[in-house]
Amino acid sequence: ARLAAKRNPAFAVMDKPTEYKDATTYNNFYEFGTDKSDPAEHAHTLRTRPWTVQIEGEVKKPLTLDIDSLLKLAPLEERIYRLRCVEGWSMVIPWIGYSFSELIKKVEPTGNAKYVEFTTLADRKQMPGVGSRVLDWPYVEGLRIDEANHPLALLTFGMYGEVLPNQNGAPLRMVLPWKYGFKSAKSIVKIRFVRDMPRTSWNLSAPNEYGFFSNVNPNVDHPRWSQASERRIGEDSFFTRKRKTLMFNGYNEVASLYSGMDLKRFF
Amino acid sequence: MAFAPTPRQLAVIKSCVFLLALLPFFALVYLVATDQLVEPLQYITRNTGSWTLYFLCITLAVTPLRRLSGWNWLLKLRRMLGLYAFFYALLHFTTFLWFDHFFEVQEMLKDVVKRPFITVGFIAFVLLVPLAVTSTNGMVRRLGGKRWQLLHKLVYVIAPLGILHFWWMRAGKSDFNKPILFGLIVLVLLGARVWWARAGKTGKPGSDPRV
Repeated sequence: ARLAAKRNPAFAVMDKPTEYKDATTYNNFYEFGTDKSDPAEHAHTLRTRPWTVQIEGEVKKPLTLDIDSLLKLAPLEERIYRLRCVEGWSMVIPWIGYSFSELIKKVEPTGNAKYVEFTTLADRKQMPGVGSRVLDWPYVEGLRIDEANHPLALLTFGMYGEVLPNQNGAPLRMVLPWKYGFKSAKSIVKIRFVRDMPRTSWNLSAPNEYGFFSNVNPNVDHPRWSQASERRIGEDSFFTRKRKTLMFNGYNEVASLYSGMDLKRFF
Repeated sequence: MAFAPTPRQLAVIKSCVFLLALLPFFALVYLVATDQLVEPLQYITRNTGSWTLYFLCITLAVTPLRRLSGWNWLLKLRRMLGLYAFFYALLHFTTFLWFDHFFEVQEMLKDVVKRPFITVGFIAFVLLVPLAVTSTNGMVRRLGGKRWQLLHKLVYVIAPLGILHFWWMRAGKSDFNKPILFGLIVLVLLGARVWWARAGKTGKPGSDPRV
């Protein structure tokens, strides 16, 4: 279904967008299986309506919102972001949503809210992968509150002018273009504002491989492969060298969030 | 009486196995040529790695199968199967050198030293080379049967290294189903040899009078 939104040129990279077919058939969404093609094959069982999101924790105004109220909470805009997967590939995707900070304003976090925790739906009946032991379910991701407040952090409802396909995290997900893709929680059912650093899924599963921050950083290798370069899906082929990965995936405006931090240690 | 093919039948069997073993390669070529893969480079790397393991297992299965079935002619397929393991390993290594390092050997070697799972895979590949090189009848003669056999026992090291390489590759995603399955298969195939060797020494039932 169409989802109308005006492009915000301030948040649109010049890179050529990835083909819709590639962006919707090559996915990591382990709730539907671990192969890249699994989400596109199996996510049709996900029911995205009715859908409610609980927003709770260290906030003055906890809220439970259904997807329609969330869609109307702020004007939708289209942003073209680079997406860098921790596995070493990348895409360019026109997303539709609004800055997550709009939602933060509505719930008024208390002074104790230092982090935000996102929880993905984990329903075995709708998600065949939730039976597997690959991760502890539900999938949990998190951000420091200042990261969550950064205008780049996009609460996302659509892509390519349409509502999100199920395999891409319908009906709503985060998109954090300066972080590796897995940091952007999909099919969110709960958003908690918390005091302590959330225990995030991949970090719990392999703390030496996936840090809490997981900012795109060409200088910090994954233990099993280099992060210095990447392959752009649909563009880079056999006869081109892989392209260089950029610090913060090229989004240098987030650098001030991490000033004074040793990013090799806090990877 | 166990089935024993005539030379003509054996030639047919050999040709069929030869073509069957090439199918995965042609399937890859087809998928790439018709542009059906979203990320062909990774797919080729994974696929050739998997087929290397499959052929290592198949090659290691020849001896146990022969003993269980009495089909001694299976031995005549072993060299070809082993060479196919090497063929897919060579493709796998080439994808690594090509796609990951764009033929910069120095960079590739740095990666080999730096990442244990690659180190292990690389060692397994290097160990396969002498086996492939000495696979001809001429080399068997030159080395002498005993020494040749000893050299080719290297495969008992290569297969577990291959499993370890696969296991380690999957470790970060705790996706161990396939590595466990392959590990068990190799364990059974190697374990059978140990068991037979012991039984052979003590003369217990199950020993093979032909050894």
